[in-house]
Amino acid sequence: METKYISKEGLGRWFDAIVASEKRIYAPVKSRGQVDFKQVKSLSEVADEYIQTTQSIKAAVFPKAEILFSYEKVNGKVNLTDFDPNSVPETVLWKVHPCDAAGFRPLSAIFNWDSADKLHNAHLSRTTIVSYGCAIADESCFCTSVNGGPGNLNGSDLQLTMLPDGGAIAEIITARGETLASLCPDAFVADRGDDKSAHLVDLPARFSLEEVQSKLNKAFDSSVWKQQSERCLGCGACAFVCPTCACFDIQEDVHGSKGRRIRCWDACGFSLFTLHTSGHNPREHQSQRWRQRILHKFSYMPERLNVVGCTGCGRCSRACPVDMNILEHITSIAEQ
Amino acid sequence: MEKLRERAAALLADGTVSLVIGFEEGTKRPRPFFCRTSDQASKLIFDSRCFHNLAVYVTKKELVGKEPFAVTAPIATLRSILQLYVENQLKEEQMLILTADPAGELFELRSFDEISAYVANFELKRGEREEEILHKIEGMTREERWQFWLNEMSQCFKCYACRSACPLCYCTKCVVEVNRPQWIHPWPAPLANMEWHINRAMHMVGRCTACGACGEACPVGIPIDLITRKMMEDLAPEFGYIPGLPARQGNALSSWRLDDREQFIR
Amino acid sequence: MSERNTYLPYLMTIDKVIKEAPGVKTFRLKFQNEEEAAGFTFQAGQFGEYSAFGEGESTFCIASSPTRKGYIECTFRETGRVTGGLSSLEEGSTMGFRGPYGNTFPMEEWKGKNLLFIAGGIALPPMRCVIWNALDLRENFKDVTIIYGAKTVNDLVYKSELKEWEERPDVRMITTVDPGGETPDWKGEIGFVPTIVEKVAPSAENTIAIVCGPPIMIKFTFPVLAKLGFTDEMIYTTLENRMKCGVGKCGRCNVGKLYICKDGPVFSKEQLNLIPAEEY
Repeated sequence: METKYISKEGLGRWFDAIVASEKRIYAPVKSRGQVDFKQVKSLSEVADEYIQTTQSIKAAVFPKAEILFSYEKVNGKVNLTDFDPNSVPETVLWKVHPCDAAGFRPLSAIFNWDSADKLHNAHLSRTTIVSYGCAIADESCFCTSVNGGPGNLNGSDLQLTMLPDGGAIAEIITARGETLASLCPDAFVADRGDDKSAHLVDLPARFSLEEVQSKLNKAFDSSVWKQQSERCLGCGACAFVCPTCACFDIQEDVHGSKGRRIRCWDACGFSLFTLHTSGHNPREHQSQRWRQRILHKFSYMPERLNVVGCTGCGRCSRACPVDMNILEHITSIAEQ
Repeated sequence: MEKLRERAAALLADGTVSLVIGFEEGTKRPRPFFCRTSDQASKLIFDSRCFHNLAVYVTKKELVGKEPFAVTAPIATLRSILQLYVENQLKEEQMLILTADPAGELFELRSFDEISAYVANFELKRGEREEEILHKIEGMTREERWQFWLNEMSQCFKCYACRSACPLCYCTKCVVEVNRPQWIHPWPAPLANMEWHINRAMHMVGRCTACGACGEACPVGIPIDLITRKMMEDLAPEFGYIPGLPARQGNALSSWRLDDREQFIR
Repeated sequence: MSERNTYLPYLMTIDKVIKEAPGVKTFRLKFQNEEEAAGFTFQAGQFGEYSAFGEGESTFCIASSPTRKGYIECTFRETGRVTGGLSSLEEGSTMGFRGPYGNTFPMEEWKGKNLLFIAGGIALPPMRCVIWNALDLRENFKDVTIIYGAKTVNDLVYKSELKEWEERPDVRMITTVDPGGETPDWKGEIGFVPTIVEKVAPSAENTIAIVCGPPIMIKFTFPVLAKLGFTDEMIYTTLENRMKCGVGKCGRCNVGKLYICKDGPVFSKEQLNLIPAEEY
């Protein structure tokens, strides 16, 4: 890893160089009263002064709906057309928060458990992540409680920490980050020795992850799930804004003799998610589904995939129509 | 509010009800609260910030069970409850309503008729937000409207928060989940989203009480409630509905009468 | 990037269609691509995702034995969109298959033991794979007992094979139907599977019990086996939770810390005790 300084002017030149390299750039954009990742062509389109994008950046490597393969039926035979990794353009994800960048590891752990997921990997291998250290946070943020932090480098290829002069500390973390920086090498000059932590938000940890995990190991039969989930409406808002939720459905899009098999987002909170053909539903009640959501992230994933399924971004708490606040709920479990 | 708390505590203490569905202070604003003991009643709040439509919970068997329960219901919740009665989803003897008018006077309502009489005192009007957006939409050409909604619907990722927050979406299997035949493409995509929202709107015709819960719930900020609200407004004069009061004559799209003005059905 | 797309099915030709019971069919499938056929192996207990192009995918076990080479078989009941689509396919048609997925019955460990198969209704297919596997390697095992029950005589699947097993001197075969499900000429037992197990009272000594059936049958059979002296590590079953991907990614079949598709579908009762019973 290498630390450099990039001036405000250098940042602009570098961004223009990325645009000129014909890579797709996704960055947070303000529109319709929300901030979300959209394709941009200039630095001026990029939003500033916001806590968090409504949706995470996961769609970049796990699209909401993606064609797994397509087929055509001809005279009783079937011709298959496989997903083509080369159809995925080189993409730069710009101004990703460290909590979003940290979400790539759990996502990849799920998609590549035992067998490789060709589609996810095709996106991932063509993606460069430029994160920004966080100077602000709100009461839903808790990255520091789940192994993260406002200047955490996990998952980032290059991280910028903005300085009062409009320039930034540039930490070039991976080879991919280096390649991106090399599009405008003279924009990156010697590190001035700025203190990174002075330009990041101070966010004390809200709970001890170890404590939560040890409590959860014994909590399956606890009454806490019913208590916490009573007001839960059973929608998928929390799962869909989450940077690490990866549950999916496989569906068929048919047009006459042609068709496509589609993978799309799904959520363990939906009542029909686990419904058997026989009519038996192992997770019939909302309390069971809420328990699954929490245990999967904080207990099953750490045990099976060696990674926590939560990055503390707080999106689920902000998106929930009925204030199912994950920080409040996890803290109360930790304190039990 | 104090009177309401006291009354709720008393109802729980003497066993009249085993549950009060109300509001408590949340992390940002009031949120739904399931009050099961008189001790918890002190947490109940009831003021103008309580926007959730609690009627969404009264049809959930796993929550309300078979015992009598009470609901501290703002006016929007009452409108939905009336519609649920009309659709035979509720039993009068199981539910008791506690509500307070703007002056703070406490009302206890025990039947469809009592609720109807109370609700009739409140006219259903567009709020500032609804007026502003609907005024803009009403001024659009047909093409502009399509573009406006297509742009809005393109944001939808089918989390179904709109459906989950709606007291009248009580089906255990929604039309979007039926796959023989597959009426609606279940994945998120601009046109597939449009299919879903148009279908949802059609199922709401003459039923929606314009509580706004669906729009409020949408995590990506689609003003989805305005579609059914506008439809309600447009249909009211045609079919004799009074906005905000239950459609005793049935739903516009699932009722057939000999004196229907359209010829095609005969 | 030459890795295979996990979700891309093998194309299969339906070589043979057998009508087993009302709504229940067995398909014999052959690989259309010879290279794929040559590279394909599986073991007893594994499952796959079967495609009806135009309808989607459905999860069934591989119902044929790995000792029978050159094809795989699946047996399914028409219940939804995909099975409906599959059911309408005729011999010679093309369908898709992904697999084999999941773990296997530990046939090697069972060498020299008695095998007791207990199955109910449409749950015989996963068992049939193991039964034929054992019978094709008959010298590896001691006594083989099969107790199979269905609602009615009509609902019994693999009727010709049931007869074959009945006629074999080296198999003890007991068939039963639920009370009221018998026909005038029915010569088998009448009674629910757990009751018949209790009546037949197979010895637990040096025996492995393989139980497969609807949750209610399993629930009542386990205590009977316990009474007969079977301990948890002597009892095996195979679970069929709802699945989509089959490879541990889509999240559906996650029960406790286990994934039915990866850690299962085959579990000993001892392993089952590690996951919450209410969720499978």
